Amino acid sequence: MTEPASAYPTTAAAGPESRRTLAILVDNEPGVLARVVGLFSARGYNIESLTVAETDARAHRSRITIVTRGAGPVIDQIKAQLGRIVPVRKVVDVTLEPAGLERELALLKIRSSGQERVEALRVAEIFRARAIDTTRESFIFEVTGASGKIDAFIDLMIPLGLIEVSRTGVLSIQRGAEGA
Amino acid sequence: MTTMDILCEAPVAPAHASPAPEMLSGAAMVVRALQENGIDTLFGYPGGAVLPIYDALYAAPGLRHILVRHEQGAGHAAEGYARSTGGVGVALVTSGPGATNIVTPLADALLDSVPIVVLSGQVPSRLIGTDAFQECDTVGITRSCTKHNVLVRHVDDLAIALHEAFALARSGRPGPVLVDIPKDVQNAIGRYIPLEEARPLLRPNCQPVPGPRMDSISRAVEMLRAATRPILYTGGGIINSGDRASALLREFAAETGFPVTSTLLGLGAYPASGPAWLGMVGMHGSVEANRAMHDCDVMLALGARFDDRVTGRLDGFSPRSRKIHVDIDPSSINKNVPVEIGIVADVGATLEALLKAWRVAAKSGRPAADLAPWRAQIERWAAPGSFRYRQSGTVIKPQYAIERLFAAARGRETYITTEVGQHQMWAAQLYGFEAPRRFMTSGGLGTMGYGLPAAIGVQAAHPDALVVDIAGEASVQMTMQEMSCAVQYGLPVKIFILNNEWMGMVRQWQQLLHGERYSQSWSAALPDFVKMAEAFGCLGLRATDPAELDAKIAEMIHDPRPVLFDCRVSKAENCYPMIPSGAAHDEMLLAPDDTDECENRGAKLANPAISEAGRSLV
Ligand SMILES: Cc1ncc(C[n+]2csc(CCOP(=O)(O)OP(=O)(O)O)c2C)c(N)n1
Repeated sequence: MTEPASAYPTTAAAGPESRRTLAILVDNEPGVLARVVGLFSARGYNIESLTVAETDARAHRSRITIVTRGAGPVIDQIKAQLGRIVPVRKVVDVTLEPAGLERELALLKIRSSGQERVEALRVAEIFRARAIDTTRESFIFEVTGASGKIDAFIDLMIPLGLIEVSRTGVLSIQRGAEGA
Repeated sequence: MTTMDILCEAPVAPAHASPAPEMLSGAAMVVRALQENGIDTLFGYPGGAVLPIYDALYAAPGLRHILVRHEQGAGHAAEGYARSTGGVGVALVTSGPGATNIVTPLADALLDSVPIVVLSGQVPSRLIGTDAFQECDTVGITRSCTKHNVLVRHVDDLAIALHEAFALARSGRPGPVLVDIPKDVQNAIGRYIPLEEARPLLRPNCQPVPGPRMDSISRAVEMLRAATRPILYTGGGIINSGDRASALLREFAAETGFPVTSTLLGLGAYPASGPAWLGMVGMHGSVEANRAMHDCDVMLALGARFDDRVTGRLDGFSPRSRKIHVDIDPSSINKNVPVEIGIVADVGATLEALLKAWRVAAKSGRPAADLAPWRAQIERWAAPGSFRYRQSGTVIKPQYAIERLFAAARGRETYITTEVGQHQMWAAQLYGFEAPRRFMTSGGLGTMGYGLPAAIGVQAAHPDALVVDIAGEASVQMTMQEMSCAVQYGLPVKIFILNNEWMGMVRQWQQLLHGERYSQSWSAALPDFVKMAEAFGCLGLRATDPAELDAKIAEMIHDPRPVLFDCRVSKAENCYPMIPSGAAHDEMLLAPDDTDECENRGAKLANPAISEAGRSLV
């Protein structure tokens, strides 16, 4: 559901939907993640991916990166609602930033033998994935990149014996010398 | 977050050597922070987890504690106190059930932007998470119904948390803040950080919102000067901004000649007797206000949030107007209705800038558009009278009762609160509010049971004023134990019950939307309100005949005690005009010409204006 949960049809929600990555810089205090996530669920916004960790221990700051989807006015509304949360210090729309960078890390477990095993290694090489665990009948690959690249890697691995995936969700930062 | 963290991240920690730090218990810090933040009254109810604070209050100078009878009462009383003074209201409750009982007022204050601070006790830190006696996850439960909340884990963090709570409650768009204080933190000794020292450490949301951008102001004035069918759509934001904003609104309306309508919460910002007044807008607003909103060419929204009770069906809402929206909360702009110019600023500061720019334009530029045809059109809409009713000889019409109350209270400093239902809408329609902060009602949440405790809060702040809770017999039963509180503190609130023996608003919807199947809306087994008043130590009055109404109202006003007035009114009266849910402003249902009980009931109002989709809305 991408429209605000109003029984009244809202014209504000109109327009084409897009996928957007928001970096939310917060005070690392108890409950802050619950506030942010609670806002999304209470108002019916999407969360496609979520990552969070403390990024500056001295200043007690954490960075939450959320990938969401919605029409332009909905995204604006999400940003404005996030701004109402007291421990939220800054919201960066990484998708709109020309200097925005997004990366994700994934771990894939593949079980195969024979020709498929060889093929899996070959594909992994193309994607610059590293084998971080190997048994006679399995690999675990570590791969990083934009979400699209990871999606593509997963797709190719499915017929080659993919049995488990773990993804971090999207991380983001801006290129250049400026801090957020 | 600990105090040290805050100090670390603060760019300008006070460098000068401060006097020796003041060491206090957490409970004493609460008292001290209340005093430093200018609080003189709080509403509360004790219990195990707040006993140290109650102990500190025992001999605290300059702090009056009003003991309610249910924590919901404390919350609404704090709201009434805050809304009638423009300050912050405070409530103090214990853990577990004390905290859960105040959830409704928190949600109420959040939707209506009322600055209150709720202090709740919590079980001792080491017991948190063990399902201890009277433990509940108060910050978890109240997270989505507060502007901010915090569980204070260390006594050294307490002073900052309290100062921040007061600052947050009143800053920007005001709202409720809860501070949850474990019992061991109340007993522990720590360093008290005085308000002045804390101020620079508070977070950005505590800081004042900057003034309006001048380019927006000039674009807005340009649009307003060209308007031929303008309207000022005002809301509670004007009242929250302070009395100066109301004064500026009056000036602006006078200078521009623009007609003014208001939401339920904004009533009184512009006087009901003023020449530009159209009456309230929205579901039960006046015909002229709703038609003018629908047909205007430029709408200036001032501290109002395009709530569904105001807009009706969104795609039919003021379809041909260009809109300017001034709101202190950026999330209000473009939330429900897209606008051409959004101004995020205090509405008072914005009105000041608009007025200045308007004057400059008036002096130098072309004259503003001629509004005479627009005014004439509005007069034609207004002519039949939106709120007409016929007072019969034998039965008191609820509208008549409100008009007589209004007439009797004229010339006095009067504050009105309401419960929720038809009586609330009639009060909004027919009571002429002349000044801001005089009308306290639960708008956003629509909380039955709000009016009596709110009236107590108002009366505590204005001991010499006339404070009347215009009530319904169903609503008032939700919190009527607070009569006991009113008696204890000699707060002579007047509970004016429009007793129609129905949950009238529910009955009205069932009549109009559910084929007259009156499921569970009859107020059966009503108490004898007069006897009940007496049992509580109040004066009980009853009126059943229009002829005795004035004398009884005068008696109510002049009696020094709290009064419960059982005003028996016509049972089947409906509240009109009504825009049914899902309809647009030009699809109002009007009062049938004759609203006598029997005929009204006979009229099967399966109105075509009520769509199937509308039936599923609230
Ligand atoms: C706490 C709460 N519960 C239920 C409702 C739904 N509700 C709205 S108006 C109403 C009836 C109110 O009846 P009464 O107080 O007698 O006022 P009247 O409409 O008759 O003037 C009800 C039940 C509500 N607003 N608040």
